Amino acid sequence: MSSPILRLVAQRILLGLVLLFAVSVLIFAGTQILPGDVAQAILGQSATPEALANLREQLGLNDPAWLRYVHWLWGILHGDFGTAQSSGLDIASSISTRLKNTLFLAACAAIVAVPLAVILGLIAVRYRDGFVDKLISGLALASTSFPEFFIGYVLIFVFAVHWQIFPSISTVDDSTPFLERLQAVVLPATALTLVVLAHMMRMTRAAILNVMQSAYIETAELKGLKPFDIIRKHAFPNAIAPVVNVVMLNLAYLIVGVVVVEVIFVYPGMGQYLVDHVAKRDVPVVQAVGLIFAAVYITLNIVADIAAIVANPRLRHPK
Amino acid sequence: MADSKASSGKLLDIRNLRIEATVYPPGEAPKTITLVHDVSLTLEKGKVLGLIGESGAGKSTIGLSSMAYGRGGVRITGGEVILNGRDILKAGPKGVRALRGREVCYVAQSAAAAFNPAHKLIDQVVEAALLHGTATRAEAEKRAVALFKKLSLPNPEMIGERYPHQVSGGQLQRVMTAMALCSEPDLIVFDEPTTALDVTTQIDVLAAIKDAIRDTHVAALYITHDLAVVAQVSDEIMVLRHGRLVEWGGTRQIIKEPRQEYTNALVSVHEIEHKEQQPGTAPFLSVKNVTAAYGGGHVKVLKNVSVDIYPGQTLAVVGESGSGKSTLARAITGLLPPEEGTVTFDGRPLANRLADRPKEDLRQLQMIYQMADVAMNPRQTVGTIIGRPLEFYFGMKGRERDKRVAELLDEIEMGKGFVDRYPAELSGGQKQRVCIARSLAAKPKLIICDEVTSALDPLVAHGILKLLLNLQQHENVAYLFITHDLATVKSIADSIAVMYRGEVVRYGSKSKVLTPPFDAYTDLLLSSVPEMEIGWLEKAIKGRRMESAGN
Repeated sequence: MSSPILRLVAQRILLGLVLLFAVSVLIFAGTQILPGDVAQAILGQSATPEALANLREQLGLNDPAWLRYVHWLWGILHGDFGTAQSSGLDIASSISTRLKNTLFLAACAAIVAVPLAVILGLIAVRYRDGFVDKLISGLALASTSFPEFFIGYVLIFVFAVHWQIFPSISTVDDSTPFLERLQAVVLPATALTLVVLAHMMRMTRAAILNVMQSAYIETAELKGLKPFDIIRKHAFPNAIAPVVNVVMLNLAYLIVGVVVVEVIFVYPGMGQYLVDHVAKRDVPVVQAVGLIFAAVYITLNIVADIAAIVANPRLRHPK
Repeated sequence: MADSKASSGKLLDIRNLRIEATVYPPGEAPKTITLVHDVSLTLEKGKVLGLIGESGAGKSTIGLSSMAYGRGGVRITGGEVILNGRDILKAGPKGVRALRGREVCYVAQSAAAAFNPAHKLIDQVVEAALLHGTATRAEAEKRAVALFKKLSLPNPEMIGERYPHQVSGGQLQRVMTAMALCSEPDLIVFDEPTTALDVTTQIDVLAAIKDAIRDTHVAALYITHDLAVVAQVSDEIMVLRHGRLVEWGGTRQIIKEPRQEYTNALVSVHEIEHKEQQPGTAPFLSVKNVTAAYGGGHVKVLKNVSVDIYPGQTLAVVGESGSGKSTLARAITGLLPPEEGTVTFDGRPLANRLADRPKEDLRQLQMIYQMADVAMNPRQTVGTIIGRPLEFYFGMKGRERDKRVAELLDEIEMGKGFVDRYPAELSGGQKQRVCIARSLAAKPKLIICDEVTSALDPLVAHGILKLLLNLQQHENVAYLFITHDLATVKSIADSIAVMYRGEVVRYGSKSKVLTPPFDAYTDLLLSSVPEMEIGWLEKAIKGRRMESAGN
């Protein structure tokens, strides 16, 4: 690896950190603007002014906002997200199991969805404008067009109620063995796959079709290569950057956008956790989850940027 | 060599080839047009046939038919293409794939675009040989290195490890030739392999290709629009026009005794008589010690350049790509403000930056570009395009403007009927004429012509040059004529500046610049221009070697 790549990669990572910092400011400021007061929320409407004042003193609510922000950020940097107001539990430990669950579900969906989308995209290009292409595009678009909850309930109806192959409720805990865990996430992972498939497939198809206009594709054709080999060997490597970008966006969605699916399948992940605590107006939890989601988004996009940089032979092998 | 099934010496026999394509004109029903009308040709083993003609003549289409390939929706609808004794049009997709890259290989015009940027050169060079099983990886690589050596590529053992963007255009073109030769085909289709190269590079590539053809006994179809080039490599030449055969004969006969009028026109295309004008007493525009750079002063592209332009005369600026010709134009027009030096116009200095120049100064300097079609708004009619400077500089409106537009159309030898046409409906030459009319409309003192004939066919370019010379006489306009083509320079220039790596290496009146003794670079440039003479290439290469040894 040569220096221009290292420089570009370092630049991206640095930019990501700056962005994350900016997001943390926004999240903190946003929750400050919300009406109401944490002490009031904890003690309820009937609290005496003295009790409120005491609690405010105790929670440091009388400090200026920037100082509270610094305390908050300092805590997070040391793994301390504070305690949830509604339950009094440590946020970091509640989140860690749920984050694990969410990542597990997302990983299961991604392992199926990403290769499937790319392969379907390649096949669609091979038979472009023909029946196979239209069939793939049509099915993928249809699956995306249905709302997630609809797909979720159809899956439950068919596989949990009618055939009774998979459980309709995907509740897992720390003690659940791996295979059972896997069985539990089959239906939610399928629902997620169906949701993200079309976007990735269509983008793969479009990115490769764009490359197929190039003169070097003609060169490959005139060497006598088979159509699918041309797409795989000569077109796909040059379409990696846009494909990786859209894949990463969808991976981010799998992690931060799964609220509906988690609720339907009663899966104990981050989304459900967030929804619960928004309902309870538990500001520290919302802040923590928001920051984690932002970090996931930014990290995955950095990965996509780095992949695009590394995939470019001009940057990998400078003159 | 692939198995030969033909008993005779005939390698390729194309009979009554008919090629069609469907076009979709805007606002009309799709229609089928015929690109090639019943063309027949034969090629014997180890021979080279040159296919020449202007764009649209069907040269590439015919060449690619020998691989049963139709580019971009083009269909072979009639005739036979008999290669090694069988009709490949009946071979089916599998049969066609078996011959592509094995019996016939292709060398494209732009090797830079024809190589996959994602793979190493060596992988691409040996790909076809491995695919068709004609060699093991080790054999094919050995063969490739030998070919790199034969094509005089630098560092032949290691160049294959590089990626296309790491190698220069001339070298890539040679690597592409090596790629075609690597599968040891019977026939190679060379499609304008040197057209995109600088003249000094072209001669090296041409010589390398010629040697390789001679040593490997491969047959070739050599497609080009440049008769002088094809005369160096071909045994026979076929002249095509509008998809029809015009004339077919031995190379000597075609260039020395053409039988058809059209061939004659092609052969004599470059000869325009232009009498050099003596420089007047005072130049109206002087460039003094201009230095300009891109990237905030990091990349110096003009170094201390000084030239003068006299009223009603032409200064030609010649040099290879990257020599700073176009940058000089950008510096004069203020698009790239010079770092040092001044541009004086009518005895007063011009503002460095375009934004600081008054309208009157803008009017006096107009530009015409190489790519006429991207220099015009495709959604405006010819009348609007030409009328725009009239409105902008002179405030003309309505009937007055329309009258002037009609006069200008007349001057560029296009009728009034073109006023309502859109650029897409015009031919390349017509588009360039409209651009000329647009620049004339401002009544400038100087028109900067940046490679204005480079994208045009020779006969069309010839017409444009004549027009420019006529207009110069009538309107007393001066030209700064940027070109890499020395033949054009001879036809149009009064004085010449030769540029090399951002510096003017030779400058003076045309007769002075083109009279020996030459400096080394001007000599190289002049001796590299192909001449329509058999054996020129060998002489030029030999002359050059002596010269470089002498230096």
